[in-house]
Amino acid sequence: MAIWLTKDSKVIVQGMTGSEGSKHTRRMLAAGTNVVGGVNPRKAGTTVDFDGTSLPVFASVADAMKETGADVTVIFVPPQFTRSAVVEAIDAGIDLAVVITEGVPVHDTAAFWAHNLAAGNKTRIIGPNCPGIASPGASNAGIIPADITPQGRIGLVSKSGTLTYQLMYELRDFGFSTCVGIGGDPVIGTTHIDALKAFQDDPDTDAIVMIGEIGGDAEERAAEFIKANVTKPVVGYIAGFTAPPGKTMGHAGAIISGSAGTADAKKEALEAAGVKVGKTPSETARLMREVMS
Amino acid sequence: MDLYEYQGRDLFERHGLPVLGGGVAETPAEARAIADRLGGRVVVKAQVKVGGRGKAGGVKLADGPDEAEARAADILGMDIKGHTVHKVMLAETADITEEYYLSFLLDRANRTFLCIASVAGGMDIEAVAVETPEKVAKVAIDPNVGVDDAKAQEIVTGGQFPAEVAGQVADIAKQLWQAFVAEDATLVEVNPLAKVGSGQVLCLDAKVTLDENAGFRHPDHEALVDQSAVDPLEQAAKEKDLNYVKLDGEVGIIGNGAGLVMSTLDVVAYAGEGHGGVKPANFLDIGGGASAAVMANGLEIVLSDPSVKSVFVNVFGGITACDEVANGIIQALALLGERGEQVTKPLVVRLDGNNAEAGRAILDGANNPLVERVDTMDGAAERAAELAAAGK
Repeated sequence: MAIWLTKDSKVIVQGMTGSEGSKHTRRMLAAGTNVVGGVNPRKAGTTVDFDGTSLPVFASVADAMKETGADVTVIFVPPQFTRSAVVEAIDAGIDLAVVITEGVPVHDTAAFWAHNLAAGNKTRIIGPNCPGIASPGASNAGIIPADITPQGRIGLVSKSGTLTYQLMYELRDFGFSTCVGIGGDPVIGTTHIDALKAFQDDPDTDAIVMIGEIGGDAEERAAEFIKANVTKPVVGYIAGFTAPPGKTMGHAGAIISGSAGTADAKKEALEAAGVKVGKTPSETARLMREVMS
Repeated sequence: MDLYEYQGRDLFERHGLPVLGGGVAETPAEARAIADRLGGRVVVKAQVKVGGRGKAGGVKLADGPDEAEARAADILGMDIKGHTVHKVMLAETADITEEYYLSFLLDRANRTFLCIASVAGGMDIEAVAVETPEKVAKVAIDPNVGVDDAKAQEIVTGGQFPAEVAGQVADIAKQLWQAFVAEDATLVEVNPLAKVGSGQVLCLDAKVTLDENAGFRHPDHEALVDQSAVDPLEQAAKEKDLNYVKLDGEVGIIGNGAGLVMSTLDVVAYAGEGHGGVKPANFLDIGGGASAAVMANGLEIVLSDPSVKSVFVNVFGGITACDEVANGIIQALALLGERGEQVTKPLVVRLDGNNAEAGRAILDGANNPLVERVDTMDGAAERAAELAAAGK
């Protein structure tokens, strides 16, 4: 088993007919994901062929769910349309919405998050600006390469895409239950804490890798949560120990202002919660090896 | 993007908030002209994106155009906490009787917006928040509801504003929220929000941060960028859609993915400790598809920084296959040669992930004396630091 995304998940793609959407739909299918259709109101009723797999295009998320029983949507629409795409998914009552789109205005993210809360917080939103979620050997919703690692018993949650891949690669001999890229934006739908809680409750996850980066205090809050609620071993890594204050390093959320949000403060908080924190990705992988062997 | 005070003032004025007349000057003569237009006593304020300018002598009163010109001459060119003053704002003065505080900002932790309001504003608001937190109201704002009459009342009550200004403060809160939303701001701060002798409440300072992700809704925001303060390399990178931040070290860094590049900076800085203290020279994320053209653009930017002594290309092939990246590097070097760029700095390349073996073989086969391949991120960082130290 895995968290949030399993072999039984039925996945639709909002923006499937766009260039990114079609490229990654093809990759998701190749990874064994049960992709059942796409959404594009202007192309509703047509089908798109992906190397022999013909996928129907629906007018709305609600239609797609009704016709296919989809419970996961992966959103690739451009930032201008992301807010309405996510709101549509929430209104249709889908279980999981994975928002890959980068460059979404934070007012839009805050608005769809508030909309989700007002609707009863029934839809789990991952992202925006994230690589998605992969349960190796079962299903893959997003852009995480499927062939880095086989299935195993480590869970991973990360703000960063390529650092996720790096750690998956370094620990591929152990394998992973689920890897969740939560994204580096200031406002995100799924937090480190959400993933930690799910991994703690997942009988098929033995240990957890948590990757954070400078900015905000999400890692500090995760540390508090770990101290109180997580009994499985957690190994952490924080990127940006040497980043200068006041500079945005690619991720909109990765900016240190004042004394809060530094990598050292996060490391300290995590270590106080019993988390072993690596100084580099390779040291982090070594620490996890010690835990797993 | 943080705005200068004068840009914030203009933005407030456009959104109907009560501000005093003002203008911005880059020379003492311009300051004189503005003071002449405003008439009477003016305040001359250094325009820097850092706090504490008052204490540093960057804010002065002037009686009339002559004095305004002289004060502007004093302030222009001043250094305030490492920021050189290139512009001064001139504004009408006010007979302040009370100073309040009002702001709207993004509340990351709670994934919503927050209004902070206090009757005890002014320079010591941070101390007030620590010592008498009951005087500082923090009111959550639902983005889909906004600041309606009831919410404005909650802000006024929470901030303990006196009855005689309650109506004005409520109106300002509603308007300020409108401006916050309309401009896609992540911060609008008024400190002081001042009551003046006439009883009117005015916004006497304006701190505004805009969300660059929302640029597609605001073509006018581009004009707010202070080109003189932008690092020329950062500007060149931006024009090529590259995410580059200039730092002050010697090892040029190119990688894919913001997190991996941040991590690369760390690993290089640690390695540098053993090599004369060399440090990363930049942050450069070339993104997912590391094609030859993108790699060439990236290398060109990194190598045009004269302090760069070696370059570390750190790529994890996720979606992009490493053989494409390797071809990209070799072609990029050839491309730079064609552009007349003489590449003389050594490149240390680490490729891992998708098709890493093929990528490494391509680099080996190309036999370029400048390109050195190291298989691990730590090892490559070590080598790049060593080469940078040797080139110093």
